[in-house]
Amino acid sequence: MPLLFYISSVIAILATIMVITRYSPVHALLYLVVSFLAIAVIFLSLGAPFAAALEVIIYAGAIMVLFLFVTMMLNLGKQTALQEKEWLQPKVWIGPSLMAFALLAEMIILLLRPESVAMPFAVVTPRQVSMSLYGEYIIAVELVGFLMMTGIVGAAHIGKHKKKNLHRFLQT
Amino acid sequence: MTVMQHIWIVLGVLFVFLNIAAGLIWVERRLLALWQDRLGPNRAGPLGLFIVLADTLKLFFKEDWIPPFADKLVFIVAPAIVVASVLMGLAVIPFAPGIVVADLNVGLLFFLAMSSLGAYSIVLGGWASNNKYSLLGALRGASQMIAYEVFMGLSLMGVVMLSGSFNLTTIVTAQQHVWFVVTQPVGFIIFFIAGIAETHRLPFDIPEAESELIAGFHAEYSGMKFGMFFIGEYLGISLISAMTVTMFFGGWLGPGFLPPVVWFFLKTFVFIALFILLRASLPRPRYDQLLGYGWKILLPLVLVNLLVTGAIALWLRS
Repeated sequence: MPLLFYISSVIAILATIMVITRYSPVHALLYLVVSFLAIAVIFLSLGAPFAAALEVIIYAGAIMVLFLFVTMMLNLGKQTALQEKEWLQPKVWIGPSLMAFALLAEMIILLLRPESVAMPFAVVTPRQVSMSLYGEYIIAVELVGFLMMTGIVGAAHIGKHKKKNLHRFLQT
Repeated sequence: MTVMQHIWIVLGVLFVFLNIAAGLIWVERRLLALWQDRLGPNRAGPLGLFIVLADTLKLFFKEDWIPPFADKLVFIVAPAIVVASVLMGLAVIPFAPGIVVADLNVGLLFFLAMSSLGAYSIVLGGWASNNKYSLLGALRGASQMIAYEVFMGLSLMGVVMLSGSFNLTTIVTAQQHVWFVVTQPVGFIIFFIAGIAETHRLPFDIPEAESELIAGFHAEYSGMKFGMFFIGEYLGISLISAMTVTMFFGGWLGPGFLPPVVWFFLKTFVFIALFILLRASLPRPRYDQLLGYGWKILLPLVLVNLLVTGAIALWLRS
């Protein structure tokens, strides 16, 4: 499915450029969601349906909704858009584009090497993913579990507030 | 299967479900009336069935007004997202042996992904309206849908453990001898509760809560854009009912005197009626009660359910 791959790659790149150049944070987040969806299609075209589904469920469906939630709560108005506009002057593009050109040059050199091979294509089923997660990489899974537990404990501590005496109508 | 057959299946699913969604306008009003000891719409056409036509025509011919203070593009896109995501979710449901739009090996995950994308519709619709009540509704919708997505996914994992697959056709055929509602009763109850919260139907219609927030996230919408939210909600009910039947009630399986498709739709209609009965009988909880109930009761319960299911599955296999 090379055609699917190229179409979704182009969409992902365009959407990511839009993320950087938008002034309104909500619009930028929306383009980021489009970019994630395009990346999910790329995964699918490379034969990784499980990774594609997780990309949509976790990144596009949960994390981005939380980002949007926080952005809406902050209620950033015209002020932030103006600030963004000030930050996005042409001269700030010089540094990043130099670095990006270096990366592009490296990639072109790699692609032009004579011993280039075709992209390997093999469908990875959810069963294979879980076998390697809970077999080969069990230590990594457990370490990530520890890290998340720490995060939850920290969040619970920060979120804890003093006990208040509520009116009897407001008590649950 | 030939390409033409695929196209016919896609068109058939679209036709049937869009008609069910429209027909639910009448079904819901008649059933509500029945349970509240009234008659409901009974004048236009036989049994009042033409109320569907009248309602649709009304929605089409109303002024489609975009408020000048709204974020125009996002305002227009938001109602389309809910309909599109629900219709995509319908693509993986097997209606009968061979009648399925896309028999994916990650079908269940695809359904969960599409239902999580539906949250954007509420969030964006409420934000783009640039209205305090809409924004409140959108904030409530976002937190409610994120919270209940977690239990929705986890409650289905017990079924995945027992059937050993994410593919919905395999899950249905694994219920040949006993339906998963018998072996996974807790999973079924939590999935159904999470499904009500996902479609933000009463009693969990907190994002729109007309008595507190006017109409919540769609307060500024009119005409067919409001109609899209409306149809999206009914499609969501049908999708969750169809999913409940597929996961827990044996999908198309049933005694042989009726064809499989008929069994599937009969079972689905029972759950649609249950959705409407819940609307007719339960009061709306307060916002913090809903979230507290989710995180403090349902989440531990679903984790315990997973633990017990896993232990039993291991014990049976050894």
